[in-house]
Amino acid sequence: MAVNVHFEDVKVGDEIPAWSRTTDFMSWNRYAAVNDEFVYIHMDDEAGRKALNERGAFGMGNLRYTYMLDALRDWIGDEAEIRECGVQYRAINQKNDTLTVTGKITDKKVEAGENRVYLEMNVVNQNGEPTCPGHAVVVLPSKG
Amino acid sequence: MTSEQQIETLVTPEMEARKGVWENLRISPPIAESDIRKWAIASYWPDTPPRLFWDHEYAKGTRWGGIIAPNDFNPFAWPIDRPRTAGGAPQGMGSTPGTRGMNGGQVETFGVPMRAGDVITSRTRLKEWNERTTRLGLTLFSETEMEWRNQNGELVKTRISTGIRY
Repeated sequence: MAVNVHFEDVKVGDEIPAWSRTTDFMSWNRYAAVNDEFVYIHMDDEAGRKALNERGAFGMGNLRYTYMLDALRDWIGDEAEIRECGVQYRAINQKNDTLTVTGKITDKKVEAGENRVYLEMNVVNQNGEPTCPGHAVVVLPSKG
Repeated sequence: MTSEQQIETLVTPEMEARKGVWENLRISPPIAESDIRKWAIASYWPDTPPRLFWDHEYAKGTRWGGIIAPNDFNPFAWPIDRPRTAGGAPQGMGSTPGTRGMNGGQVETFGVPMRAGDVITSRTRLKEWNERTTRLGLTLFSETEMEWRNQNGELVKTRISTGIRY
């Protein structure tokens, strides 16, 4: 069993471990293949430019959402649960961007019988620019 | 020719009629364990995904008692019947005022996890909308609610998606 973190061990202000991926056609195409998400703006530079992104094709928002969930899962371990996650797509994921998921605990409380931890989330690029602010609620196991 | 200034609202009579009405009922094929494994590999690429998503023996020893799917797993990918759009463009995306669109994001609330063999039923409804003038001009923010349940009627997740049209 993988319990990475207990409810009693986290406090408001704590940050989750950094979680990064460098994205390009390899990562986008693999994700497109499983999610059946084949859209030219994510596949073809000319289509990306026509969509007013000068640098060409750009990454899908859904993949950044997936990265957020993956970072949460890696942090909480397999005995915990992700109860809620939300994002707003504010900036483009350009080819070869290195994206880092960030998360900071904003609250923790026992609610509906669950040990809930609230987080402010984002996916930040290599220039430190936030691309999709969001939030999450995870349920952590208790030591008791 | 329609100009941006002439458009008074992006809310259509069809939207008014559809508001709050559950529709678009879909039933997924049974989830295959191999689909879960592939999903996990693609989404964690190039790292190895957690064993919970692909290793039977390991997963048996967890609170879940077996392999589960990642939260964002989509059992509705790769349908036989699908709308065909010219050039692969997303439906409804245009380049004139009122037809341009983008994905504003989503909030998902998760219930029970998905597992191999599950059959997921989905339904959606147009929940509400908000129209205002932004730097993009007249802009419509619409919220669509999607609900997934498994074959036992258990709630798998709800998703509130925000669509932006301008």
